[in-house]
Amino acid sequence: MGLVTYIPRWLPLALLSKRDLPSWFKTWLDFIPASILSALLLPALVTSGEPRHLDIFRPELLVALPTFAIALKTRSLGLTVVAGMFFFWLAGKFF
Amino acid sequence: MTEPRRKEDDYRAIARDGAKAAWPICLGYFPIGLAFGVIAGKAGLSPVEIGLMSLLVFAGSAQFIAVSMMTGGAGLIPIVMTTFVVNLRHLLMSSSLSVFLRDLGSWRLALYGYGITDESFAVNLTRFRDEKWDWRRALVVNHLSNAAWVGSTVAGGYAGEFIPHGAFGIDYALIAMFLCLLVFQLRGALYWLIAAAAGGLAVFISILLPGNLYVVAASVLAATIGVLVRRKSKTPEEST
Repeated sequence: MGLVTYIPRWLPLALLSKRDLPSWFKTWLDFIPASILSALLLPALVTSGEPRHLDIFRPELLVALPTFAIALKTRSLGLTVVAGMFFFWLAGKFF
Repeated sequence: MTEPRRKEDDYRAIARDGAKAAWPICLGYFPIGLAFGVIAGKAGLSPVEIGLMSLLVFAGSAQFIAVSMMTGGAGLIPIVMTTFVVNLRHLLMSSSLSVFLRDLGSWRLALYGYGITDESFAVNLTRFRDEKWDWRRALVVNHLSNAAWVGSTVAGGYAGEFIPHGAFGIDYALIAMFLCLLVFQLRGALYWLIAAAAGGLAVFISILLPGNLYVVAASVLAATIGVLVRRKSKTPEEST
């Protein structure tokens, strides 16, 4: 298990960091973070269950809206995390 | 990237900067680590085994899945294969990071690779891009996160049942962190478009297919769409 989690983490570093990459590939890599974060987040906010199904009436999604707004406004990781936790705790009082 | 030698480039400053960047990750890992420790303990793993697993594997979702497969009586090979697939997304993260780690020797790269998680990847990449960040500070982030993960999972194995569930909204820490890290990545209209495409595709694929492949599939598709859109809208004007 340790090995198969390690290899995908290490291999691209070892292979790519020493080479000059074509510019389209650099652009592609530049788009990867935004894509991955969004691909990790959105299903966590709007789907639930096993097997997964669409479920938009979740406190996770509701709380995400003010949290996202605070992130946009403050651009502070720490503040966003604390605010998100507070909103989620608050939402827990009503749901 | 040449290493900027700053006046305060001593180890204390490096540790401080790294810790400043890492604390939201550690906070986010804590409840998940505790929960994992409790579940793994119930599945029959001792705290020492839990700690070893966290140290060697260091992957939240893969560890949860592995433990649930163990309880279900799955063999070693299916567990290892599932772990591999669940963590394929790290191929993409490692590729993105490689651009910023060009000066590192093989041993340091090997050490860096150990610490790549969804969280440390996003925190370090943002810093590499926006400010004077270097591999030393990034490694501090990686290893503090790792320590928080190992520590909280072991703590969960010992005493998890005594900790109230859902205290202080802490279960939302990682989602909030990802939201903010996503905001950092939205550096123009095209990035909004790509993020929207990735999110939409991920939701769609995650409903269609079981497992975690939707993360890789949606990201690859969305980033490719981004490259095509940029190529169409501009004649090759270099922008990195």
